[in-house]
Amino acid sequence: MATNPNYGWSTVRQYLTDPRILHGLQLTLELTAAAMVIGVVLGIVLAVMRLSPNPLVSGAAWIYIWFFRGTPVLVQILFWNYIGALYPHISIGIPLGPQFAQVNIQAWITPFIAGTLALGLNEGAYMAEIVRAGIISVDEGQTEAAHALGMSRLLTLRRIILPQAMRVIIPPTGNETISMLKTSSLVAFIALGDLLYSAQIIYAANYRTIQLLIVASIWYLICTSVLYLGQYYIERRYARGTRTQPPSALAGWMMNVTDIPFLRR
Amino acid sequence: MTAMVKAEGVHKRFGRLEVLKGISLEIQPTEVMCILGPSGSGKTTFIRCINHLEQINAGRLWVDGELVGYRQVGDTLHELPDREVARKRTEIGMVFQRFNLFGHMTALENVVEAPIRVKRTPKDIAVRSAKELLRRVGLEEKCDEYPSRLSGGQQQRVAIARALAMNPKLMLFDEPTSALDPELVGEVLEVMRGLAVDIGMTMVVVTHEIGFAREVGDVAVFMDDGVVVETGKPQEVLVNPREARTKEFLSKVL
Repeated sequence: MATNPNYGWSTVRQYLTDPRILHGLQLTLELTAAAMVIGVVLGIVLAVMRLSPNPLVSGAAWIYIWFFRGTPVLVQILFWNYIGALYPHISIGIPLGPQFAQVNIQAWITPFIAGTLALGLNEGAYMAEIVRAGIISVDEGQTEAAHALGMSRLLTLRRIILPQAMRVIIPPTGNETISMLKTSSLVAFIALGDLLYSAQIIYAANYRTIQLLIVASIWYLICTSVLYLGQYYIERRYARGTRTQPPSALAGWMMNVTDIPFLRR
Repeated sequence: MTAMVKAEGVHKRFGRLEVLKGISLEIQPTEVMCILGPSGSGKTTFIRCINHLEQINAGRLWVDGELVGYRQVGDTLHELPDREVARKRTEIGMVFQRFNLFGHMTALENVVEAPIRVKRTPKDIAVRSAKELLRRVGLEEKCDEYPSRLSGGQQQRVAIARALAMNPKLMLFDEPTSALDPELVGEVLEVMRGLAVDIGMTMVVVTHEIGFAREVGDVAVFMDDGVVVETGKPQEVLVNPREARTKEFLSKVL
């Protein structure tokens, strides 16, 4: 099967390290990293807001999650890309009063910014639910013990709850990161030169479609493999003090390859 | 002398269910008060009210002369902001039935956490006094163990050291030995006895340990159905109770 000459493995090898492909790879990695950072930070903030006793605060988070999970991420990418048409510039100042600064949205929102914003803001809505699941998985006695020691709500969250919630948060976050790596290829729609888009550009010119799709796939596989390893070490760090250690690197690898959620712990 | 704890007509409801129906009690400094009663009598809810883990619906509760969790303006109570409640709680140590040690921290880290983060004690001083406290509860060699590797009795002793690390004026014990295997109860009661006898700590202990209440307690309180049925010297309440309900309870547990 793999020896079928139509695959053109020599072409695959030739394009694997093509500067255009490598540049696309770099952009994909930057986009994934930036969007995940935005997503995780936003997710923590939204999860804490969702759990707030104040109905206004939790309601605002609920609406955010409802909206961003309820619309296709591709629409969100296109929306941010064209927001310049909606708001050519934004002025910062007092309404009907003096103006302090004016931001030229059309110039500032490059396709990269639009892609990062769209993917990050969308990811925040999903991460919020993952973080919330982690927080409510921690026994309430931990919060009570911390409060009884005079720790404030924020300190309790930061020092006691979140570190223990991490064990529940990390595996699905690994999923999200891997998913993001591939979802980020949607930015091809706004002509942002990520890994897949760079491959498309090349095969549009030389018609080596299959070979270039294989090149892109190889790089995606290499990246996800590195992410598995990263997840393993992060999980091991947050397993301190628990009896169930994460599976060994190899076992973790096998489980992730077969990707059976209930086997993953 | 100001009472360490003074409760006046404390009421607490959970929805429609009235759990505390007007509790009035006083605990003087250095006294050990043991609260006994059948489950559902409200004894645990009452000591959780003392450090404001539960809000009260009516009445007044003072610790060392200060209202807990509230500020009184005229006749109405206003709940204090989170920060103020937290400050008051640093004066009150609490030990839970299920230990509630921080699972991701070693025994030593559990003990130094609040002194360092809340009281801003320099780390080396906090560590030194934490080791001293762990030595006092007989666990100096377990400093670097995580709670999951300690027995229930050892976990509860770390929890006592953790509460003591804040130098509280008052210690609350919520059924501290109820979750322990029978052979581990003694070591925890021994540490508590030491606190009462050696350093004269003021303690409120919700317990089923009649023996401990009789030997260490200065005051015994019998609660049932959200009210204080009988209170007095342990020798009287627990040996020659006046009330029929107390007699009935004691006949069941002894």
